[in-house]
Amino acid sequence: MTFFNNRWGYLIGAVIVALVAAFPLLKGTMNANLHEFFLQQITYIMIFGLLCMSLDLLVGIVGLVSMGHAAFYGLGAYLLILLTPQYSTPSILTTIPLVLGGVAAIALVIGAFALRTSGLYFIMVTLAVGQMFYYFFNDSKLAGGSDGVYLFAKPTLEIGGRTLINLESKVQFFYVSLGVLLVSFAILRLMLESPFGKVIRGIGINEYRTRGLGYDVYFYKLIAFVIAAVFAGLAGVLGAVQYGFVNPSMLGWHMSGIALVTVILGGMGSLIGPVLGAAFIEVIRYALEHATQHWLLLFGSLIIIMVLAFPRGLAGLGEQLAPLFRKSRAGAEAKPLPEKVDA
Amino acid sequence: MSLSLFLVQVFNGLQYGLILFLIASGLTLIFGIMGIINLAHGAFYMLGAYVAFGIAQSSGSLVLAVLGAVATMAALGFVIERVLIGRLYNRNHLDQVLITFGLILVFDEAQRIIWGSDVHSVAIPPALSSSFQVSDIMAFSYYRIFVTVVCAVLAVTMALVIQKTKLGMWIRAGASNREMVSSLGVDINMLFALVFAAGAALTGFAGAISVPLTSVSPGMGDAIIIISFVVVVIGGVGSIKGAFFGALLIGLADTFGRVLLPQFSSFLVYAIMAGVLLWRPQGLFARA
Repeated sequence: MTFFNNRWGYLIGAVIVALVAAFPLLKGTMNANLHEFFLQQITYIMIFGLLCMSLDLLVGIVGLVSMGHAAFYGLGAYLLILLTPQYSTPSILTTIPLVLGGVAAIALVIGAFALRTSGLYFIMVTLAVGQMFYYFFNDSKLAGGSDGVYLFAKPTLEIGGRTLINLESKVQFFYVSLGVLLVSFAILRLMLESPFGKVIRGIGINEYRTRGLGYDVYFYKLIAFVIAAVFAGLAGVLGAVQYGFVNPSMLGWHMSGIALVTVILGGMGSLIGPVLGAAFIEVIRYALEHATQHWLLLFGSLIIIMVLAFPRGLAGLGEQLAPLFRKSRAGAEAKPLPEKVDA
Repeated sequence: MSLSLFLVQVFNGLQYGLILFLIASGLTLIFGIMGIINLAHGAFYMLGAYVAFGIAQSSGSLVLAVLGAVATMAALGFVIERVLIGRLYNRNHLDQVLITFGLILVFDEAQRIIWGSDVHSVAIPPALSSSFQVSDIMAFSYYRIFVTVVCAVLAVTMALVIQKTKLGMWIRAGASNREMVSSLGVDINMLFALVFAAGAALTGFAGAISVPLTSVSPGMGDAIIIISFVVVVIGGVGSIKGAFFGALLIGLADTFGRVLLPQFSSFLVYAIMAGVLLWRPQGLFARA
């Protein structure tokens, strides 16, 4: 999305971030329960947005359609619980790096197998591997099975005996999630500008030419796969901390599917579009859930209609409509559609 | 493991493998010939099972139930191809994934609205409800034998239709060059709609005939579609032969895994897939 690359884009982005960051300050102005509800929802949107942003790195940048990305989201959450010593408080400084290292190691092994395939096969293999983790946590007694498992205590940051960050506080957790989302976005953007990022973008545009230039495409895809998994794992850690509870549905293919839908609707390849998509999807989900208990029927129909009607996502819709408002510059910024996703 | 236990497990593995073949063959044909990835294929299995359950409950006849399920799924498959899938041939796989994912949500919820979230079962018809004693404690259920024979006959029929008949020739030709076949006067759109409907009907049949063995429950389609993807990955996309041997391999591996390595049975299937990916990433029987 070229929109966020120009000055106005940054300005609008900064205004949105400032508005979101100011939300906890509105506490006195509305019903306390309502305020807490919104606080929770916005926090969840940021966490889910981080998951979708990490998936966008694969789908939108490298051109790898993964139907099993939620596996790393769930693994981040489960590893946080499994790697925390029993009845103790996880430390942000030691436990979380350990969790992300674990996710990276698992992603390295899975990616090494899955990336031997491409196109249709890659979709099926990631789907199958994602479900393997789902059934593993669903069937084994390791972490509560299908009932899920509670997080004993939320992570804290203590230096010299003083608690600097305590995620039991919902407001602190809100700001931590916002900070993690912004820092992750900055890291990924900087990475995309680096020589490494240029290669993986090249793979997304034309894998064969990139290989022709002498790059070891498999290696670059594998590293991108691991990086995307680590950010998904980070989102999973936040997801586990938010409700203090983890269950196998976090790993399942419905989660992967919804994340993929969100990335497409938000606009592929922009990293920030999927975060806006996450907000959009959550609002729709909320509205449908309150309209009928059979909301998934409507949600599924809506996905089908949107994909048929707006093949380039909501962001693409904006780009399609933009020339209507800027007739003089119409066409000047029109980008060709990306090539078929690695058929 | 005694010989009789071994034989019973081989038989159970083959029976499960043949059911998997009916599902995976539709999936692999739709992939290979139409270039469509259909995530909703498992939902067809689930719907076939539920339609059969519904008819069996009201009529009491399993034969009627299976025929009704097959007819319903063929019709549903035909309509879905005409209305949705037909628009996707020129789209990328991502759009196909999203639309068929949307279909899963719709079908799963429709199933909950019509039949509720309870688990149901259907009795084995009395004519086939007894079993064949192998030893004092081991027995083959006649119904399982019946299912195995029917599935094997279907598999052979399908292979003959695809290899020996004109329809099969068109299907194979459509897979290699769609424009060429259609310029030779074959109605390729109708042909694809028929293939899709046949795939849905086969899967619906597999779901319906399994009802007395496995009981019907929400989410039954999710489990079966994943295993079917593994079968297709192992056998090679578009290869009926690959789907056949892949399905038997997975059927046997899963059955023996449950007996010999109950702790790791769910991993065994994926381990085989990983091994195949290492050895032949394009699948064991992929076309060149």
